[in-house]
Amino acid sequence: MSTTTTNGSKPAPHTQHTVVAIVEDKPGVLMRVSSLFRRRGFNIESLTVGHSEVEGLSRITLVVDGESAPVEQVEKQLYKLIDVVKVSDLSNEDMVAREIALIKIRANNVNRHELLDIATVFRADVVDIATNSIILQVVGDEDKIDGLIKMCEPYGIRELTRTGRIAMVRGTKTTTVHEAEPEKIARLHASQGRRVEGELPFASD
Amino acid sequence: MARMTGAQMVLESLQREGVDTMFGYPGGVVLPLYDTLPQFPGMRHILCRHEQGAAHMADGYARASGRMGLCLGTSGPGATNLVTGICTSWMDSTPVFALTGNVGRSLLGKDGFQEADITGITQPITKHNYLVMNAREIPLTIREATHIATTGRPGPVLVDIPKDVFQETAEFDWPETVSLRGYKPNVEGHAGMIRRAAELIDQAKRPIIISGHGVIWADAHRELVELAEKANIPVITTFLGIGSFPESHDLSYGWLGMHGMFYANMAADAADVVIGIGMRFDDRAMGRFKDFNPTAKIVHIDIDPAEIGKNFPTAVPIVGSAKNVLPRLTEQVKQQSRPDWIRWIDNQREEHPSLHIRESRRMLPQYVVRTLYEETQGNANIVTGVGQHQMWAGQHYFYNRPRQLITSGGLGTMGFELPAAIGAQVALPDMETWAICGDGSFQMTLQEMSVLVDEQLPVKMAIFNNGYLGMIRQWQELFYDKNYSSSGISQPDFCKLADAYGIRAIRVETKAEVPLAIKEARAYKGPILLDFQIDQEENVWPMVPAGASLAETIEAPAHELAR
Repeated sequence: MSTTTTNGSKPAPHTQHTVVAIVEDKPGVLMRVSSLFRRRGFNIESLTVGHSEVEGLSRITLVVDGESAPVEQVEKQLYKLIDVVKVSDLSNEDMVAREIALIKIRANNVNRHELLDIATVFRADVVDIATNSIILQVVGDEDKIDGLIKMCEPYGIRELTRTGRIAMVRGTKTTTVHEAEPEKIARLHASQGRRVEGELPFASD
Repeated sequence: MARMTGAQMVLESLQREGVDTMFGYPGGVVLPLYDTLPQFPGMRHILCRHEQGAAHMADGYARASGRMGLCLGTSGPGATNLVTGICTSWMDSTPVFALTGNVGRSLLGKDGFQEADITGITQPITKHNYLVMNAREIPLTIREATHIATTGRPGPVLVDIPKDVFQETAEFDWPETVSLRGYKPNVEGHAGMIRRAAELIDQAKRPIIISGHGVIWADAHRELVELAEKANIPVITTFLGIGSFPESHDLSYGWLGMHGMFYANMAADAADVVIGIGMRFDDRAMGRFKDFNPTAKIVHIDIDPAEIGKNFPTAVPIVGSAKNVLPRLTEQVKQQSRPDWIRWIDNQREEHPSLHIRESRRMLPQYVVRTLYEETQGNANIVTGVGQHQMWAGQHYFYNRPRQLITSGGLGTMGFELPAAIGAQVALPDMETWAICGDGSFQMTLQEMSVLVDEQLPVKMAIFNNGYLGMIRQWQELFYDKNYSSSGISQPDFCKLADAYGIRAIRVETKAEVPLAIKEARAYKGPILLDFQIDQEENVWPMVPAGASLAETIEAPAHELAR
């Protein structure tokens, strides 16, 4: 599985679809999903997997090249897998889509300050620093990460890794298999320090 | 609850799911299961001679009876030999349960003797599969697997069990219900869509129903007749849909596709509304997609939502079982007579009678099939291999009930006929069962003749012997300048071979002997092989050349009709 292309080039946004699949957390489920894409000839731009808010369910976020197959077919074929519980296409939703990149750059006493300035502009964090290198961690959409990579290239990128896109619909609507949070529980969560919807800063926008 | 070994749990669970017959072959890692088998006298085990045979037998059993078929193989080669059969079931959506053993848990992934990652191998060709790592999971797994195989769009499942899990002891905990949150087939059909379909059918001037295998598996053939009769809609079937609508019915116009009837192809191409029921608009049926009847509006009724819109844009999609959808559709459509449209198709059939068999002194294969039809009064179950003989069996026998023709359509698996006929005969012991065999196709699985002898199964084998891989030769003749590269095939003396197995055989060399041989085979109580020395270079017509559209269907050329 490839993550987002690292050379900064990517298809026009309208051909990309962000599909979220809620899947049973069972051995082989990722193989089932990836094998389906291979044999049906659907191109994956990015695939990420992690736990969801429900124990026993994982959440797969796929970025699919809509030119390679009608996204409706992708969704239906995914849903046919027994271990896939729910499939949603977030593309037409107002969504937050993010990925993380770690970038190891050649850095010395001469140019380190310049790199730190660039990092500040992109709100990237310095997560490691050594005599001849630094590692930047950046969170954002693909364009932002591509932009930072481009700025770092002249200094010499020694190593790069990206997580691929994860996404979530804004507002109360969810992509989970459960009903929306009951009001009582929502209040409980709020009392424990979670910020109420609408107050969240969209930090990287 | 009781403590049981894994092997006992497997057999107990299968029995609770109604399985009483298994087709299998023993091997090292399934020995614990075979050791336990005598404790379950209600479970009949039929010993195949190659696991591919076991998988086809389970498939034939399922197709003939409508019940799930079960095949069993050991790890490694036993499991991989099942693969062709599993894929055959997958392509034709038949409920087959494949049970395999694997090496002990501590050896999994270590490339131990006879280890194969069979769940990985069969992942794309099963509806679902399982590797069971604890004996206590066996009852639930078998329940789930059976549920998946037999509901919604049926399909094969595979359950792989390591040797030491068969031997492990645990509490047998039978789950009363199965609930899979990722698997909830929608059988009902959307009321609004059914209404729209009814409106479209009412307005249609030239509607046609294309009925498929799904109608048979939904057990909806009566409901289909009611719909067709009320709205006077001509019905054609897909190749696998043969039998889903009685071919003797006035509204039946045969089947469409690459070797379908000329008038069926023309009707599909001329229709203004195409109602596909339990079928998947496959390329062999529809010809070149982009040129299939571009003005037709498509109503697609299928239980698998992924089939809708896969190959053609659909005007009215209805996801549901034909069993539920058709009565509601019948209720809502208007009674109509459509005389002009029906006359148009009748004229096509009169002008292009695809099923006419010409007078000839040669033993034409079409004549053999037709004679079989007449001798059996159309009542036999027909099981075919793959190739020319398969097409002739589909064309020149007439089928009036579902499950009467058993054939590998989607995967086109040569060698299917004999083992599938064995499965069908086991499922329906009193049914006259004919395996129509190609001389090439038969040689792929002929070792299963031993099973006929072991189990005393009265399967009638009719070999269509033309000394060629006939369909290959036909393509080479028509599209490769008669370059008959590797299509001439030598064969053993099939009669001597049958004799060696202890099976009676008759060589049929002239046309005059055909009805006599068939009569004799029917009168004989046991298995029998008829070796029909058919005309060598007969071709299957009509034909839609590969990559052509249905409108380009070609009929038998004059020089061939003069032969």
